[in-house]
Amino acid sequence: MTASLSTTAAPQRRFDAIIVGAGHNGLVAACYLAKAGLSVLVLERNDYIGGAAVSRQLYPEFTYSNCSYVCSLLRPEIMRELELPRHGLQIIPYEGGCTMMRDGGHLALYDNHDALRREIGRHSKRDAEAYDRYSRDVMRQCKFIKPLLMRSPPDPTSFKPRDIMELLYLAKRFNGMGEERMYDTIRFWTMSAADFLDEYFESEIVKAHFAGSSIIGTALGPRSPGTAYVLLHHYMGDIDDAVGAWGFARGGMGAVTKALAASFQEKGGTIHTGAGVERILTRNGRGVGVALTDGTEFYARTVISNMDVKRTFLQTMDAKDLPDEFLRQVRNFKIRGSSGKLNIALDGLPEVPAIPKGAPCTRGDMHVTDTIEMMERAYDDWKDGFWSRAPYIDMLIPSQIDPTMAPDGKHYMSVFVQYCPYRLANGAPTETGWDDTQRKAFGDTVIDTIARHSPNFKDLILHAEIRTPWDIEREVGLTEGNIFQGELTMDQLLFNRPIPGYAQYRTPVKGVYMCGSSTHPGGGVMGAPGHNAARQVLGDLRLAA
Amino acid sequence: MAARYDHIVVGAGHNGLVCAAYLAKAGKRVLILEASDRLGGASVTRDFAAGFSVSACAHLLGQFQSDIVRDLGLARHGLRFVSGPMPTAALSPDGRPVLLSAPGRSAADADAYPAFTARMHRLARSLLPILGMAPPRLGTDAWSDRRGLLRMAWSVRRLGRTDMRELLRIIGMNAYDLMEEHFESALLKGALGFDAVLGTNFGPRSPGTVLTLLYRMAAEAGAGGPRAVQPEGGMGAVADALAKAARAAGAEIRREAPVERILVKDDRAIGVVLASGEEVAAGSVVSSADPHTTFMRLLGPEHLDTGFVRRIKHFRHKGLAAKLHLALDGLPAFSGLDPSTLGGRLLIAPSLDYVEHAYNHAKYGEYSKAPALEITLPTVNDPSLAPAGKHVLSAVVQYAPYDLAGGWEAGRERFTDIVIDTIEHHAPGLRSLIQARELLTPVDIEREFRIAGGHWHHGDLAFDQFFMVRPVPGAAQYRAPVAGLYLCGAGAHPGGGVMGLAGRNAAAKMLEAA
Repeated sequence: MTASLSTTAAPQRRFDAIIVGAGHNGLVAACYLAKAGLSVLVLERNDYIGGAAVSRQLYPEFTYSNCSYVCSLLRPEIMRELELPRHGLQIIPYEGGCTMMRDGGHLALYDNHDALRREIGRHSKRDAEAYDRYSRDVMRQCKFIKPLLMRSPPDPTSFKPRDIMELLYLAKRFNGMGEERMYDTIRFWTMSAADFLDEYFESEIVKAHFAGSSIIGTALGPRSPGTAYVLLHHYMGDIDDAVGAWGFARGGMGAVTKALAASFQEKGGTIHTGAGVERILTRNGRGVGVALTDGTEFYARTVISNMDVKRTFLQTMDAKDLPDEFLRQVRNFKIRGSSGKLNIALDGLPEVPAIPKGAPCTRGDMHVTDTIEMMERAYDDWKDGFWSRAPYIDMLIPSQIDPTMAPDGKHYMSVFVQYCPYRLANGAPTETGWDDTQRKAFGDTVIDTIARHSPNFKDLILHAEIRTPWDIEREVGLTEGNIFQGELTMDQLLFNRPIPGYAQYRTPVKGVYMCGSSTHPGGGVMGAPGHNAARQVLGDLRLAA
Repeated sequence: MAARYDHIVVGAGHNGLVCAAYLAKAGKRVLILEASDRLGGASVTRDFAAGFSVSACAHLLGQFQSDIVRDLGLARHGLRFVSGPMPTAALSPDGRPVLLSAPGRSAADADAYPAFTARMHRLARSLLPILGMAPPRLGTDAWSDRRGLLRMAWSVRRLGRTDMRELLRIIGMNAYDLMEEHFESALLKGALGFDAVLGTNFGPRSPGTVLTLLYRMAAEAGAGGPRAVQPEGGMGAVADALAKAARAAGAEIRREAPVERILVKDDRAIGVVLASGEEVAAGSVVSSADPHTTFMRLLGPEHLDTGFVRRIKHFRHKGLAAKLHLALDGLPAFSGLDPSTLGGRLLIAPSLDYVEHAYNHAKYGEYSKAPALEITLPTVNDPSLAPAGKHVLSAVVQYAPYDLAGGWEAGRERFTDIVIDTIEHHAPGLRSLIQARELLTPVDIEREFRIAGGHWHHGDLAFDQFFMVRPVPGAAQYRAPVAGLYLCGAGAHPGGGVMGLAGRNAAAKMLEAA
């Protein structure tokens, strides 16, 4: 893949736009710019493209989605406009899922509302009824937020017509919800997932199931105010118009970026891999190009960084090109490593006695956290600089549905782990406290957690890749290995994301833009930041998108 | 029955008294009904051991709004202070406490502190007009609601771009991160972070705790500046002055007259029934009781629609703060603390993590194994509260969850010992001075002060229970969904702390309706 993507002969040095980083947002931005007729160069430090949306062969004959692992949030507009299905992207929805309980019971998950309602009723009749109200209310919030994802947030301190118009648009949409719903929305955006769920459900297992998405990738516990929003953030996707549905990308998450790259190259774009950017070059206070680690320079009047804000401004730009106050705010931007990942090659499908034979429960996301308290305690461990002793895990075996991921009869398992700190409190004498011993101990904690629900699990393990936040940072480039390029807290959303006053993809340096998940509307393989950034660039260049 | 009164005020807490005084001053015939034999609700001075008295719930006055003091002539009615602005000392495990006015442990902190507090006060002051207004309703065409929203936007906008951006950024943040952004000394960060969570159900890492800090600072700004002061005779003196002011304006006060039920006829509150069975009619009823008590017990859910009842049930109202009172044989010595500081606030919150760990327990129904404390020795400034030469120690203790696993009957003595040991560590020899001790848990506060849940704000102070959603949508403008019934307690906007705004805002709303 590497060679086929790189241009080798007499490389062109001057482009209309350069994008630093071939993550999914960088590629989305690149596609839209190329589509508008610009000559675009994408530079990727790694020897492969994809950023955190990659498929990698780290064990013979197995394909790992070794960072992001499922797909839902990718905006359908982007799918359509960039013709990703034609370029090979195929999303297969989950067929089920489950949360296993410590007492041997389980809550099965179905994508069908009525089936899930019946299953919830098995745990609590009242909760089954509340589930109707819950899904209605959550969907209403989704409907409110969704159109905002693909727009640049207004600056509430600005008197520019565009900002005022955009504020009025927001106010109008908000007003359109009606009085009661407006209050609900205020509460929803600010409350904790635990309090939010308490207003609907009584059964611990039901609450624990729904609370899961409120903490994924987030350095907060389900009792922290603001986590109800994070829960929603994970609901905003839709596959084939099934709102909130999640699915597997056939061939692993690399298929998403592979399709984006194909779309980009069809539009005439250029990608260089193994091309780490050392510096964003400026002249007379505006961006003019980049210099690679090997000294090569490329020039463009527009440079767009797909990297997170800390990496962009603290490591790739010269401090003297940036205002002190801006740099202070960049340093204060919260990007916290709180998630780990295990990628496991299995010799067969693990037995899970709690799940009825033949049920689709293993053909989607599986969890083992059966109370909110367990989740909150997992967070308490992280606060003190330890990985959770009883972590929240989101595990999937995509090879059951996508046979390209593993050889016949064998399986690939992706295990997302919350919480795991970037820096260990009592770790090894390394930069972050992580070393091989610590990493193995972390992996063992996760494997033991799974083995408690699956007696033959350990015997089936052929290979396990254990990834701490530090590993993710070093490989993918995400600061602290944070999957969202910055916490999704109230102080870092909308017009505050990433830095107040710089929420419109521009930076203090003219010609330099941001398009990563550090910007609105944040992370997940959604593509909205890349799309919005491209629109901003084209607008500034007075070109239509 | 003929209405002898225009308004009945249920409960003679400070907000009930403020509300009554404003209504009476406007010429209304007002009756205040108080269940207990003393006035003031949680703003009270009472004996807790022979010869020793204490401000049994709230113990400092730093937020009482100066315009209310002026409007009601409270100085004329006997409100006097025995302290100037009280210093705050952050006690340290190593016996080297730091005064917040001069946080000298680190040169960088000493540099950063004045700019930080100046900016925080500027931001907080922009919230003061919001605390002093009835929250506007959203989505109505009413001019008054639009004016309210504009006023709110204006008070933030006039900060100027830089401060406005900072306000919009930090208001949703947690105190932990804010302190980490500005300071390096653990002791300073711990003390400032504790002030942010004092009286809340949060730890310093909980988002929204900058809001609670700004809330507190805004209230202080309205009280004439950042300061805590001690009224002569304890917090009961505030209640006494308010009662005098209310009576002087023509209000009538009845003690030991517990309201059993609010009378409703044709969907309108027309008076109350007392526990004695006596019925008292009035044009309208305003309750300073907490929302649970008001709606679920005094009014009854049968008069409300189910959606509203559900909202009230979900109003989080369980307290996490306890109150410790010690009768002491003499003045304790705190390690490293100059005796001149003993009349101030002494905080045990040596680091942000200390406070967060204290909070961790509360999440699971346990009391803190190492609690965080705000300690005062009120007798240093006001010897009249104890026999000559003796002293009183009064402390707010966090965290003590209302729903303690195993119950407070079993846990109270053990927790009291933990709290005393925590203080003893900073004041060696304290234990030998103790003549009597009392710990009021949220369950005791509920019983004694008739606040369901024992929360001094009558309900969590958090974004989702603040301003136009406090206590719940449908009752956030002081007006209940039942005509003729109003709220004026801490459960209404802007919340608790002895500041008087809920009472004053409610009175304004009622007079506007009349």
